[in-house]
Amino acid sequence: MAEEKLKKPEEMFEVSLTPGTGDWMEPSAGFRKGTYCYGAPLKHQKYLDLPNQREWQPSNEDWKLPPDWKETILEGMERLIKRHRSFRLFLDICVRCGACADKCHFFIGSGDPKNMPVLRAELLRSVYRRYFTPEGRLFGKYAGARDLTEDVLKEWFYYFFQCTECRRCSVYCPYGIDTCEITMMGRELLNLVGCNIQWVVEPASNCFRTGNHLGVPPHAFQETLGFALDELKDLTGIAIEAPINRKGAEILFVAPSADYFANPHWFTFLGYLMLFHEIGLDYTWSTYASEGGNFGLFHSMELAKRLNAKIYAEAKRLKVKWVLGGECGHMWRTLHQYMDTFNGPADFLEEPRSPVTGTRFENAQSTKMVHITEFTADLLYHNKLRLDKSRNDQWKITFHDSCNPARGMGLLEEPRYIIRQTCNHFYEMPENTIRERTFCCGSGAGLGADENIEMRLRGGLPRANAVKYVKERHGVNMLACICAIDKAALPPLLEYWVPDVGVCGVHELLGNALVMEGERERTTNLRGEPLAAGDGEGDVR
Amino acid sequence: MCYNGRTVDIKDVLTRKRGTILKRWFDLILETYPADVAIFLRNEQDRFTNPVGHVLTEGTALLYDGLIHDVDPEKILSALDGIIRIRAVQDSLPSQAVGFIFLLKKAVREELEKAFTGDALLTTLSQLESRIEMMSLLAFDVYTRCREEVYNIRSGEIRMERDMAMRLLKAMKQQDKE
Ligand code: SF4
Ligand code: SF4
Ligand code: SF4
Repeated sequence: MAEEKLKKPEEMFEVSLTPGTGDWMEPSAGFRKGTYCYGAPLKHQKYLDLPNQREWQPSNEDWKLPPDWKETILEGMERLIKRHRSFRLFLDICVRCGACADKCHFFIGSGDPKNMPVLRAELLRSVYRRYFTPEGRLFGKYAGARDLTEDVLKEWFYYFFQCTECRRCSVYCPYGIDTCEITMMGRELLNLVGCNIQWVVEPASNCFRTGNHLGVPPHAFQETLGFALDELKDLTGIAIEAPINRKGAEILFVAPSADYFANPHWFTFLGYLMLFHEIGLDYTWSTYASEGGNFGLFHSMELAKRLNAKIYAEAKRLKVKWVLGGECGHMWRTLHQYMDTFNGPADFLEEPRSPVTGTRFENAQSTKMVHITEFTADLLYHNKLRLDKSRNDQWKITFHDSCNPARGMGLLEEPRYIIRQTCNHFYEMPENTIRERTFCCGSGAGLGADENIEMRLRGGLPRANAVKYVKERHGVNMLACICAIDKAALPPLLEYWVPDVGVCGVHELLGNALVMEGERERTTNLRGEPLAAGDGEGDVR
Repeated sequence: MCYNGRTVDIKDVLTRKRGTILKRWFDLILETYPADVAIFLRNEQDRFTNPVGHVLTEGTALLYDGLIHDVDPEKILSALDGIIRIRAVQDSLPSQAVGFIFLLKKAVREELEKAFTGDALLTTLSQLESRIEMMSLLAFDVYTRCREEVYNIRSGEIRMERDMAMRLLKAMKQQDKE
């Protein structure tokens, strides 16, 4: 590993300011502390029965690859090319127009050319050319082809774990090339020789073992739910119930596990509980499907499928009619894009229909799974909830479109609608940083490890920069989002780039504003902070 | 100061040459990036697509003005902070992160050599360079602060994870009791 050494003053000026020569064909991966994630621990490799089990770290010189690693990768590549038509297409059709080059937050924040999506893909494409195309076989380097060497493999690891699979680049590509999918394939290949990171493998293994990423066993889940209900009793004076594993409930509710254990997710969790109580929803939590998120997706399609299977299995066991899902990013990517083919068809479920408004969610006809912001926005649209917006008056809010719900499933208006209905002060960030063009938090797709903090801060710069703009312009002090990873990743990011801006979920805002039947007068918000004396003036843009 | 029979004031020169020197300084900074990145940093005008280029342009202008006029030290600090905060997580060495200040010396020197010669050049340069050096000292302070923040943020995250594990343990114990 290249360790940092302090130079003498005279060396300092001359030597260190010049960049490398920068031929992208030369593989390079500087595993410098703070810019890469740790390797997966042996225990969890074993638990998931992954290939080439061993203790290893990316910074080690010797990656202890199996003797036939090269053949394994090339065979894997051939398999993926055959299985995913899109993959072959993406490898073949890029014309290197460069439209995607400056669209990646990691490129913008790091200034590393290999973070240009086109070059990120080229890392893999060059090997594809070498072994799978006649011109690459014949002309090698001159046709942009590279031999697969250990250095190339290390470079893959370095840069495919510097992509949050956010798909921003694909929005700008005239051919619709999705570098996110290239990264996914790159990671699949790396997995074949046992190269994955702790932050992906450990949650996936936990999920496999206990039903959720955090490894919360059923009785602890019940206990934590109890804590939440006690807290709500103190706040509202209302004894709320939250059924677990209840057979015959109409709806199964699945949230990311961070919602019931992490901060500030917890307040979103409280918001869900209040809402469900207030509308008298016939629903249940599950200790088996106690995770909506799916870290398997950052590993391989196979693992994503294995983890996802729990949701339908549990829906079937509990005999519910349909499934409602909480605020999460990649969870929705999996549900929206893959669940149906992974584990469907869910023909034992019914087309989701709101028991309160009667609205049929035709968009969820196939998966039978509805996003909570769709559900709540529909309630608000039909005036089914009583609200006191002024309870969110201490905050000037902006909204971060989490890439997966925004780009992955087009969920753009619903969260905004809820915010506008529950808050008096809402300001949008600049157009080219929101909605389909939103900037990722920089920590998605398993990159949120603390050891990777510098890379995350680089990747998060464009997002934070837009937050800073609305902070300076409108005094924004709260960033709302609907992704569990965002809720964990954005606070440290903002602490560095834009101090004094908090992070919350949309259902936390709803929970604050929700006027509940029989509630006592509220003096604090869900966080226990005193309510601001509102001026009653709205300012929603 | 006298040059060629004319009185030349250093502030005058720096004010007149502001555009040229700033551009040169900016170019020298861009040379520390790989070529294709430099093109992007220079050409992309949208401040949200190109936050680094934007902060560099604004920050260097403010710092330059700080050399000539009495600018509020807070502003100088905040301009330094804007640039160094980025470089503190981009570069591997402190020298790379604050090196851009020394490039100002080079840019200024090139211009002043055209306006002054001999002793006059030496005196003006030494006056200016000591100010630039002051700035670089401040820059090191800012750099250190930023790095401390990065470490604090990281240890804060580790603490959060530990708290979460403790809460989980508590929930498990509680149930065992019941
Ligand atoms: S998917 Fe996102 S992180 Fe990956 S290359 Fe594209 S823009 Fe960058
Ligand atoms: S925009 Fe599309 S075609 Fe153009 S370089 Fe990027 S991936 Fe290739
Ligand atoms: S963590 Fe959130 S912002 Fe980042 S990639 Fe996932 S959905 Fe997007």
